[in-house]
Amino acid sequence: MALLDIRNLSVEFTTRAGTFRAVDGIDLTVDEGEVVGIVGESGSGKSVTSLAVMGLIPEPGRVVADRLSFAGRDLRSISGSERRRIVGKDIAMVFQEPMTSLNPCFTVGFQIMEALKVHEGLTGRALRDRTVELLDQVGIPAPESRLRAFPHQLSGGMNQRVMIAMAIACNPRLLIADEPTTALDVTIQKQILDLLARLQRERGMALILITHDMGVVAETARRVAVMYAGQVVETRPAADLFERPRHPYTAALLDALPERAVGRRRLPTIPGVVPGIADRPGGCLFNPRCRFTATRCCGLRPELEPDDTGATRCFFPLPAHREVTP
Amino acid sequence: MPPPPRCGAAAIRLPFPIPYPPMLRFLLTRAGLVVPTFLGITVLAFFLIRLVPGDPIEVRVGERGIAPERLAELRHAMGLDQPLWKQYADYLGNVLTGDFGVSLVTRNAVIDEFLSLFPATIELAAAAILFAVVVGLPAGVLAAVRRGSVVDHTVMGLSLTGYSMPIFWWGLLLILLFSVNLGWTPVSGRLDLLYYVEPETGFMLIDTLLAGDTDAFRSALRHLVLPAVVLGTIPLAVIARMTRSAMLEVLGEDYIRTARAKGLREKRVIGLHALRNALIPVVTVIGLQAGTLLGGAILTETIFSWPGIGKWLVESINRRDYPALQGGILLIATTVIAVNLLVDLLYGVLNPRIRHAR
Ligand SMILES: Nc1ncnc2c1ncn2[C@@H]1O[C@H](COP(=O)(O)OP(=O)(O)OP(=O)(O)O)[C@@H](O)[C@H]1O
Ligand SMILES: [Mg+2]
Repeated sequence: MALLDIRNLSVEFTTRAGTFRAVDGIDLTVDEGEVVGIVGESGSGKSVTSLAVMGLIPEPGRVVADRLSFAGRDLRSISGSERRRIVGKDIAMVFQEPMTSLNPCFTVGFQIMEALKVHEGLTGRALRDRTVELLDQVGIPAPESRLRAFPHQLSGGMNQRVMIAMAIACNPRLLIADEPTTALDVTIQKQILDLLARLQRERGMALILITHDMGVVAETARRVAVMYAGQVVETRPAADLFERPRHPYTAALLDALPERAVGRRRLPTIPGVVPGIADRPGGCLFNPRCRFTATRCCGLRPELEPDDTGATRCFFPLPAHREVTP
Repeated sequence: MPPPPRCGAAAIRLPFPIPYPPMLRFLLTRAGLVVPTFLGITVLAFFLIRLVPGDPIEVRVGERGIAPERLAELRHAMGLDQPLWKQYADYLGNVLTGDFGVSLVTRNAVIDEFLSLFPATIELAAAAILFAVVVGLPAGVLAAVRRGSVVDHTVMGLSLTGYSMPIFWWGLLLILLFSVNLGWTPVSGRLDLLYYVEPETGFMLIDTLLAGDTDAFRSALRHLVLPAVVLGTIPLAVIARMTRSAMLEVLGEDYIRTARAKGLREKRVIGLHALRNALIPVVTVIGLQAGTLLGGAILTETIFSWPGIGKWLVESINRRDYPALQGGILLIATTVIAVNLLVDLLYGVLNPRIRHAR
């Protein structure tokens, strides 16, 4: 049985302009100890998906799913107190913005200890020792003295390490890292990713690594789901995906990687942006930006069709044996 | 109302750049502003009362009249025959040496009269602000958490009503209801005439306790309730509205989501993680109420015959007791300035980003 099992998950927000499906019928499974990458441009619904799993979709938002279960427990029907026993303990999350995700009025020590107190019932010396140990594990130098630091006294990279320490404090079985490096500069990004990969290996926890950078998932994830405008457009093992992308969107994302553009004068980009609430097209959601759009793509919405190694949501998937370079 | 200082994503913006150590520099800057403020207050206190027709002697003799020679003699004795600028210069000189003069009516030193009446006003103001905080803070939090609900609209509606309520009318209304019709509270004063307690601190609640007289304590409490409610109504409204808007802003911050992601109870998320941040602007606003409170005390004390500074000032105006008025206003202004400095310090204590150098 999969650790996390999501079937046909949708999240809707009602705004003045109408109802907006930020997530539109997503399937996703994550096994114990597995690393799954979710890739997609800004606005494709990656954060909303993970917040739905955590039960953190803000008020007027509506979450519906055929199945949403964690370790055999149905997350749709559990009570608030049951959810609080799972969230923060067995499922933990690292957020996009380390500088604003920590409370400016409390010390980092306090904020880490809080989770340990609530879920593990630790107090006194044991609590303190465990916190220092966690700070040490995430690579914070002089951890003893950092207990009393406030978030504004630490750099972005250090704060993200604190966030990670907080998330892994109660030995979660699933860690969701939502673009953990987007707000950091390049050298720090690498360190944080290495840290996450190491912690995942050492603890054998499942990891959902969310990013808009194909290069990041290539190194860490075993399986990848590519999201576009709230839908999964392609999913397959990382190796296969990188070797033979079938969806034109995946192919375009891969073409945009600097290391794949060797010998070209300009990095290819995908023109346009992910459609938002007002400009979702009819038919395939990617059709305004796709190089291969046909009449059919504008009238009908393709389903996610399984193939030999994964699944693609496209009427005209790219042939399995050709590199897509014009 | 100025927009609240923010504690959140965009951080606090101070009105001036601060190389650390900030607290010291902060206080020095503030202290520098105190001098012109004081000067301004002396000018206002001195000249405004002299714009009111009738000097102390004319007011005292009233309809009876007085012989012109006697009038001139008395005026000379009080220094009122000097040119205005000379009077002001003398007054300023005296104030600078800490001499606030002598009441023209009672012949007591102004400072002594002030100090003997001040505790009564402080007691009233403290009770009022306590009432305002104890009711206003939870009301504001509740309104923010239940944004758009009936609770929210009720709290906001009531606070707007409270804010616009004329103190005089509101006081009389409450007296009519609770004192006259229901007979629950006394109409005036600080203590029933049945009781006498030695004024140790000047604070009736404390003095009655020190005397070990619980009946007197209860009487003092019943006298205090109504005026405190009347005086606390406007601060209550301001605090409730400020708390609501500060909470609404904080509740949208990322760290609140983080707190929920830790599996904390909603009570803790709101009462600790959110409120702790929202308190920063709210405390500033509470501090700013100090001036409003002492101004309101003048009316409240008059309505309830509360023997404090407010009532004394009104009587001094009626008697054109220039030194008492000038001294009283200056001392009250000093108090307000001191409270505001204190709040600035508290602001630094509450906000780690000001307290610490990077
Ligand atoms: N509370 C909300 N109310 C209304 N719309 C929302 C809300 N939260 C997210 N959305 C919308 O849902 C869509 C998906 O947002 P989401 O944050 O999941 O994107 P993302 O893939 O995480 O992008 P990024 O890379 O920028 O983090 C966006 O168009 C966003 O505007
Ligand atoms: Mg996101």
